[in-house]
Amino acid sequence: MTSRILPFQNDPIKPTAPAPVTITVDGVPATGAMGQSLAGVILASGTLRFRRTSVHGAPRGVFCGIGVCYDCLVEVNGQRDVRACQRRARDGDAVVTQHDELPAAPAGDAA
Amino acid sequence: MNTSRTDVLVIGAGPAGLAAARAARARGASVTMLDSSDQLGGQFWRHLPPERPSANERMLHHGWVKFRELSETVLSDDGCRVIRGAQVWAIEPDSTSAGAAHLAVHVVVGEPDGTGRRRLVLTPDAIVLATGAHDRTLPFPGWDLPGVFTGGAAQALAKGERLAVGQRVVVSGAGPFLLPVAASLANTGSDVVGVYEANRVPALVRGWLPKPWELAGAAGKGTELAGYLAGHLRHRIPYRLGRAVVAAHGTDRVEAVTIAAVTPDWAPIPGTKQRIEVDAVCVSHGFTPRLELAIAAGCELTAERFVQVDDSQHTNVHGVFAAGEITGIGGVDLALAEGQIAGHAAAGGLAADTEVRSAVRRRRTFRGFARRIEAAHGIRDGWPAMLTDDTIVCRCEEVSYGTLCRATDATGSRSLRALKLSTRAGLGICQGRICGRTIEALLADRVGDAGLTDGVSTDRRPIAAPIRLGELADPAHPDPASQHPVPLKGPK
Repeated sequence: MTSRILPFQNDPIKPTAPAPVTITVDGVPATGAMGQSLAGVILASGTLRFRRTSVHGAPRGVFCGIGVCYDCLVEVNGQRDVRACQRRARDGDAVVTQHDELPAAPAGDAA
Repeated sequence: MNTSRTDVLVIGAGPAGLAAARAARARGASVTMLDSSDQLGGQFWRHLPPERPSANERMLHHGWVKFRELSETVLSDDGCRVIRGAQVWAIEPDSTSAGAAHLAVHVVVGEPDGTGRRRLVLTPDAIVLATGAHDRTLPFPGWDLPGVFTGGAAQALAKGERLAVGQRVVVSGAGPFLLPVAASLANTGSDVVGVYEANRVPALVRGWLPKPWELAGAAGKGTELAGYLAGHLRHRIPYRLGRAVVAAHGTDRVEAVTIAAVTPDWAPIPGTKQRIEVDAVCVSHGFTPRLELAIAAGCELTAERFVQVDDSQHTNVHGVFAAGEITGIGGVDLALAEGQIAGHAAAGGLAADTEVRSAVRRRRTFRGFARRIEAAHGIRDGWPAMLTDDTIVCRCEEVSYGTLCRATDATGSRSLRALKLSTRAGLGICQGRICGRTIEALLADRVGDAGLTDGVSTDRRPIAAPIRLGELADPAHPDPASQHPVPLKGPK
């Protein structure tokens, strides 16, 4: 199990039924509630890994949730390095997860 | 009074900024308020977007009525201009500026991290800095795995989106903030397996019990905490003292955590480890003030590294005021009082004026409260015992604790700047916001008694937020609403 949006019927704050918003994450459709952040829609679709790191290729996802840590960077509609927690999802947004490999060592560099 | 109206710029639309804007307007100033978000309220009053109306949102918030009153006042006031999606990325001295503060405030306005945001330069007569704070989370093995969140992330997603970060969650760290985090999770459908506060009863008693009469005025604060505790009882969430999450486990995501008892200075006690299966963990050890704009403006800091202010919330820089968490972690009531005084003073008023008498009294009460929180819940020195050689300490540049130690030993350097450059710790895209103070503490510990000698800190960030080169190349727009038109030019 993973992150989950609270079904509006069960929410004690008595919300109205949310309008859906649909994006794609690496080509796979994901649907959330209109007004959610990209991070929220991606998390609720069952994806915790938003990118892989450059040095170790380690998985990373949302950490601070308020735009400070830059760990949730994704590509959105061809625009790189967008903090998914800060950008609201719009219908049709195409999200691509990022993995920025380190550049190859120059020829002759022993390291 | 000046013949022309004072142009007051408020940076940050959380509790302190909102209170400042309203107070400055009450004294007749012309106000511009900026926030990087598209909503008012800051992190404390993070709320659902207009697309998701609900009948009873107030139950998620402390002081919701106050927030509605403040935000409706500033939004319905033609003399208060609110610019959302406004990221301040630099403040620099500008002796030629027509604004009396002689500072140029560089802003990009538009979609977060977008391309083609509009650049704006503001030159106000006075500035109220109300930039707030973010979670301080200490590193531990596995803290970089997806599924490890700060308490603030869990709060923001619960209050702003009704999203629970996990189904089976533990909350760990230190401080009263753990309680509302757990309450939000439970309210959003998570099973909170436990809340683990690293401090023990003696520390809590030392912090909370002296001079109880000081707390008499802080009754509202008591109600806030009592509400969270009632929620704990209702949801049957265990609250354990003297324990901490000391490791998170998993390959591609968190699958379990190790909880251990810790000593009074937070070192894990051998033989007390217990493994718990979870799908998320929320960890918060306190807050770090967002100081970069204050430092860029030239503001002096206190020994505890908050912005130094006088009775009027005035910093040492002419025309620059500060309020809220950047002057000390004190919570919403202190932020509201300080904001009101700062806004009033920025518009030319005095702290002794009758309009702010109640705010001055509340400020005194809630500052006492802030001291208690620090005494009871502050970070203790033994925590690095949680680290292993390969624990990542700088998340962006993936620098491990072992690398940091070996570089320090091998170079013999006692310069923070040099050690940052040789290890790259703190030099990544978050600009040391997450790890800066941790790196400082670990390096100071490693170099021994002499300490770090170059007197620099990780709080200074001349470029306060990343900006795309294309946006930088575009000319800045003058502020059409300003009484002080500025020439078109970039930062020096």
